[in-house]
Amino acid sequence: MGSDPIFQMSALTIGYALLFYAAAGILVLGVLARIWRYARTPQPLKIPVPPAPTTRGGVVLRMFAEVTLFRSLYRSNKWIWLFGWTFHVALALVLARHLRYFTEPVWTWVALIQPFGKYAGFAMLVGLAGLWARRVLVDRVRYISSPSDHLMLALLAAIAVSGLAMKYLAHTDIVSLKAFFLGLMRFDWQPLPADPVLLIHLALVAALMIVFPISKLLHAPGVFFSPSLNQVDDAREHRHAAGWSARLVPPGAAEGR
Amino acid sequence: MAAAFETPPLGEYPVIPLVHEGTMAHSKPFVAKPEHQKGVGFPGELVPDWEKVAVAKLGELVSESRALRVFLDSCVKCGACTDKCHYYLGTADPKNMPVARQDLLRSVYRRYYTLPGKLFPKLVGARDMTKDVLDEWYSYFHQCSQCRRCSVFCPYGIDTAEVSMAARDIMDAVGLGQKYSNEIIGKVHKIGNNLGLPEPALRDTLEGLEEDVKEETGVDVRFPLDEKGAEVLLITPSADFFAEPHIDGLIGYAKVFHAAGISWTLSSHASEAANFSLFIGNHDNLYKVAARIREAALELGVRRIVVGECGHAWRVAYSFWNTLIGPFDFLDPRYPAPQHICELTWDLIQRGALELDKSANDDKVVTFHDSCNVARASRMGAVPGGQFTIPRNVIRACVNKFVDMPAETIGATTFCCGGGGGLLTDDLVELRVKGALPRMQALQTVVDEQGVNYLAAICAICKSQFTKVLPYYKHPMDMIGSVHGLVSKAIVLGPKP
Ligand code: HEM
Ligand code: HEM
Ligand code: SF4
Ligand code: SF4
Repeated sequence: MGSDPIFQMSALTIGYALLFYAAAGILVLGVLARIWRYARTPQPLKIPVPPAPTTRGGVVLRMFAEVTLFRSLYRSNKWIWLFGWTFHVALALVLARHLRYFTEPVWTWVALIQPFGKYAGFAMLVGLAGLWARRVLVDRVRYISSPSDHLMLALLAAIAVSGLAMKYLAHTDIVSLKAFFLGLMRFDWQPLPADPVLLIHLALVAALMIVFPISKLLHAPGVFFSPSLNQVDDAREHRHAAGWSARLVPPGAAEGR
Repeated sequence: MAAAFETPPLGEYPVIPLVHEGTMAHSKPFVAKPEHQKGVGFPGELVPDWEKVAVAKLGELVSESRALRVFLDSCVKCGACTDKCHYYLGTADPKNMPVARQDLLRSVYRRYYTLPGKLFPKLVGARDMTKDVLDEWYSYFHQCSQCRRCSVFCPYGIDTAEVSMAARDIMDAVGLGQKYSNEIIGKVHKIGNNLGLPEPALRDTLEGLEEDVKEETGVDVRFPLDEKGAEVLLITPSADFFAEPHIDGLIGYAKVFHAAGISWTLSSHASEAANFSLFIGNHDNLYKVAARIREAALELGVRRIVVGECGHAWRVAYSFWNTLIGPFDFLDPRYPAPQHICELTWDLIQRGALELDKSANDDKVVTFHDSCNVARASRMGAVPGGQFTIPRNVIRACVNKFVDMPAETIGATTFCCGGGGGLLTDDLVELRVKGALPRMQALQTVVDEQGVNYLAAICAICKSQFTKVLPYYKHPMDMIGSVHGLVSKAIVLGPKP
């Protein structure tokens, strides 16, 4: 690395380094804390909603279809499904593609998907734009939107725009950037390139990481804990009891049932 | 009380109305009086510091229910559920959109139990617990029939029914209860059924039925009460004892038992299948009402428990009894415990144990209304979807002409009758009529196209609700009937040897 700008860049580097440690800490601990809470909160009654499978395996399939295909949403509203699914698949591709900044050597599958990832940034924007348009244009969706719902879309769109800007307009020094992040992970700090677009991209990403565990983005872990989706429809065959329902002692039941 | 209102017009096809704020803001059921509240263990009137009590109760409920916690956190406001509620479709009031209904409670949850809500309430739509909020809860959480239709369409299965049950539980905890539900639950605790029908009156009614059936068929079909050692304990909604068209259903069950030679009994101790505690989301009452059934089954020494035609009762029986009052290790393991009357009848039909003459119902073109609690909160038979096929199989075995309403209005996506969830009261007639719109729209289609003249259902609430609202939509009120009313007509009883 160059030697002269190191002092200048230090403040910036240190600032971003600390920001990302903090953001990563909040994201990981925050989401783990939520998951812990969801897992620890009892579900006293059986409330699966149809089409409810009668076996564990069936539930795994159902959940898989919900998470990968958004099956209920598809049945519900084709436009939301189209935009929402496009957005999420594109997001997944973009994130997978980004793994190249954090792995050395880059994993083979990450290298393989790079070409597809190129277009994913645009697809993500299209999806977000469609969702946002609905939020503004459809009176029912407008009614249920609060400022935070718009801000969340704005945040993601801004991340995507700044990312695409780097890719197509204001290229950044990817090699140094990667050195910076690998450095963070190895506690051996390296300078961060001071390109404005990159700094914006990274600041927004840090913001996303910080709000994740305290916002509606909790839907990502939440969906797996939703009792209406993850319960097996076997109430008559297996006696379910948790929380208050585990403390009941019905009349005539043997002690310590 | 109920202001004059207009029955919504049926169009040529269903439409999603534009948002029209406040159209149902005036709708409120009668408030429970102190004596109704006492009967179910709630404070008689608004407690001092009720805001704090409400917020604390909310926290308690969230910590006791994973469903509530996940549902309150996870909604992304995607809008997929906004056009799925019959009350929104019938009233255009945006607070009847499922997500907006949830938000009435979620806004308070966010304010007191989430960081962004504590710091930036405006930004995330968080609200303080105020009297206005409480009043709004009272109005709109009593415009939800807890039918779970929204849940089927939500990508996370968010069930507004759970949210409105929680809200009603909180309101009860601060002393603001709904008269209709709480008075009825009190009657069950005190007398044993929703109607407050005491044992002698019940015995009388059943004897009267025996005479009626004897007169009609010449056969001694029995309606036993409190008979120890019977094989089956029948738990049925008390409306079956005297209301039309419910009573035809009860006669149908009795004929089925008679024809199959199954000994059975009703119980005066548990002379009610309904458990309105479900509607008010209160688990102490839910358990207490359910416990009578276990007591009765043990006391009478029966080997099977069969549940009559009642939607939410079947939900409680199928989904919750094993949890609340199980295990049923004292019952005959060869039969599901509990068993639905349609399961029992269909099983007998398949085994050739019943002789059915379909032509007895040739005056009817029948369609079937899937009741929401049966469709979306329970099952019948051994395979998923049995709750849709088994009642239809029973009907098809009893009639020649059966047609279904449009696919998106039946099965798992069935529309509520508009009167479920503790709303079946005259102080909510406007809501009930408007909420029935989507079902009436679907019914009109098959009336016009296939000449349907009989709407069969397996829920006491649906039957009463349709009896009330069908005339508003220019149909005769006796168009609604019990599935076992059809069985009753078709079944051929040999004179008892
Ligand atoms: C298990 C993983 C996930 C699943 C199953 C999932 C599923 C969904 C579904 C079904 C919707 C509703 C439809 C839509 O508007 O797209 C949604 C909305 C949304 N998701 Fe996800 N998601 C996941 C992860 C994420 C992640 C990691 C993010 C962001 C970092 C995210 C951001 C969003 C946003 C912002 C919305 C709201 C869009 C709007 O405003 O209309 N999701 N998600
Ligand atoms: C610390 C985390 C991140 C770093 C270091 C980072 C860095 C970058 C860089 C350097 C580029 C330019 C790629 C190029 O020129 O080929 C880029 C592009 C992009 N970034 Fe990020 N980014 C991060 C997180 C995210 C997140 C969380 C999102 C989405 C929510 C995102 C969305 C995008 C998009 C859509 C593009 C453009 C398309 C593409 O190249 O894949 N980035 N990012
Ligand atoms: S549970 Fe039924 S009545 Fe309640 S909001 Fe959902 S669709 Fe409407
Ligand atoms: S469908 Fe589910 S996630 Fe979407 S707005 Fe309705 S409740 Fe929220």
